[in-house]
Amino acid sequence: MENNTIKQSSQKAIKGLWNAFPMILGTVLLVSLISAIIPKSFYITIFSKNLFLDSLIGGLIGSISAGNPITSYIFGGEMLSQGVGLIAVTAFLVSWVTVGIIQLPAESAILGKKFAILRNITAFIFSIIVAIITVLILEVMI
Amino acid sequence: MKFKDKLKSLSGSWYFLGIIILTYILISIFSQEIYLKSLDFFTQIIYKIIPIFILVFVLMTLSNYFITPKFIMKHLRDKGIKKWFFIIIGGILSSGPIYMWYPLLADLKHRGLSYGLIACFLYNRAIKIPLLPLAIIYFSWQYIFILTIVMIFMSVIQGILINKIMEVKK
Repeated sequence: MENNTIKQSSQKAIKGLWNAFPMILGTVLLVSLISAIIPKSFYITIFSKNLFLDSLIGGLIGSISAGNPITSYIFGGEMLSQGVGLIAVTAFLVSWVTVGIIQLPAESAILGKKFAILRNITAFIFSIIVAIITVLILEVMI
Repeated sequence: MKFKDKLKSLSGSWYFLGIIILTYILISIFSQEIYLKSLDFFTQIIYKIIPIFILVFVLMTLSNYFITPKFIMKHLRDKGIKKWFFIIIGGILSSGPIYMWYPLLADLKHRGLSYGLIACFLYNRAIKIPLLPLAIIYFSWQYIFILTIVMIFMSVIQGILINKIMEVKK
């Protein structure tokens, strides 16, 4: 049989979503808990104004954070106004949306452990590289 | 089936959910404030993701219907930049939390999509066109423009890198 019918296709989709359901629900609960425990001020107070260390911290915080990117823009904007460097803020913004430590169990279970770990590690390293390249290009152009 | 066998047949993801629910129960005993605040966040997220769930369901059904292994072979296994272009556009246009897309991507993986292309798709999900005006307000259009171009470029590099490493690991 070459093609599925719409009914078969939708049944397959329901099965796929049901398999992912406990992970999705668990992740939403975990994200909610972390958002309730970690206050917004925490993100601003831990930067040291050392370029490399701040990039690393920015990348790490972004990696363990989760939620709508709008929140990361607001945090990022506040960080800049507090004197945190643009490279650190960029690393934070990029890792917020590309690295998912909280979602790692779900990603591992559904897409494979090796792939999930590899993707998140490279995304974390790339968040720092993207930050450096972006800010350097910006400085050259403006 | 005995209870022990039933427990063994439960996938790890149900254990994960069980542990999180247990954590909530403990928090509700020790700190009502955190518990209620977490539930408030939870409700907000759930309201947001329900429409996305429906969208993902529709897309999964359509992909099951139209995207056959033959289709994948034709469009995504080609050598060249075309497949990367398609996956970048797909990643940018996709919406909702990242974990909502895992089942669809796992399905596409079974149909022949490479790990590198999956990684590239997930990386490009970071570029949110509807949120660009807000980002520009916070960080200037020049900054957002350069950041977007650099991220698209790096998504391809990450994809190629992951393909190479996953090949070696095989």
